Amino acid sequence: MVRLLALVLLAMTAAWAPAKEATPAAQDPALEQRVMALSNELRCLVCQNQTIADSNAPLAEDLRNQVREKMRLGASDSEILDFMVARYGDFVLYRPPFKAATFLLWFGPLLLLAAGLLVLLRRLLRRQPAQDVAMTAAERKRVADLLAGDETERR
Amino acid sequence: MNRFVLPLAVFAALVALLAVGLTLNPREVPSPLIDKPAPRFELPQLHQPAKTFSEKDMLGKVWILNVWASWCVSCREEHPVLIDLAASGVVPLFGLNYKDKREDGLAWLKTFGDPYQLSIHDFEGRVGIDYGVYGVPETYVIDKRGVIRYKRIGALTPEIVRSKVLPLVRELGRG
Repeated sequence: MVRLLALVLLAMTAAWAPAKEATPAAQDPALEQRVMALSNELRCLVCQNQTIADSNAPLAEDLRNQVREKMRLGASDSEILDFMVARYGDFVLYRPPFKAATFLLWFGPLLLLAAGLLVLLRRLLRRQPAQDVAMTAAERKRVADLLAGDETERR
Repeated sequence: MNRFVLPLAVFAALVALLAVGLTLNPREVPSPLIDKPAPRFELPQLHQPAKTFSEKDMLGKVWILNVWASWCVSCREEHPVLIDLAASGVVPLFGLNYKDKREDGLAWLKTFGDPYQLSIHDFEGRVGIDYGVYGVPETYVIDKRGVIRYKRIGALTPEIVRSKVLPLVRELGRG
């Protein structure tokens, strides 16, 4: 009975699966893959923390269409990125380019880490070694007793 | 006492940095189009689809291109400012009706008034992309040589018109 139910359920999911995957309306999967790959490199300016591949904003859709169309016409990825940067600026690139203006962005964390290490190093070097403290005769005796396993020190 | 000075200074610097950051608007992305020639277009007019309008038609004049749409809430907020600007007659105002149905755009102008000399109809948003439009309304001041000199993302306010747009238009008109 259980096996039959499982089979029925499995058959049902199998019937749904293709219906769900039919949504991307592209005839050319290779092109579509290129479109999505490049769309992941482009920021959606409407919802700024998403790429145009993630975003459902109308502008993101338009830009994806633009990318697709340019690829169909044989544009290279870098040509399309240049096209976008000319209109929307470097901000449209999801990975900011290396430039004088973005130096702090790329190397800021590294500089902070270096500063932290420097502070740590200075502290460690400046730290005084622990001083030996002389023991009194009474203390010495007690240590000797403890090591000898004297009964009176046992609890 | 002395050992608190450095951490306190670092903390104060951080607070200052974050305070400045709070006053900046992350939505305002500097446009790479400033001081570049206005992208070319030739689009049908909103009222007379048979006629087209191109940025070339305005060479030799200082003019303002305002991107608007009937679905755009901030455009409604901005609209009285544009009406005032148009009424002042200082600078010709042209509209780019962005990703809008023609009848919706026309109805909007009929309801609220039409500040534009004419509007062009960019149904597909192609020209919008060429102009780097991402947050309607947007406003461009274009000089006599057809170069974009100023871009405002978001609604114009009376203060911005007074302090930025009008002085720039006057200066460009002289040059």
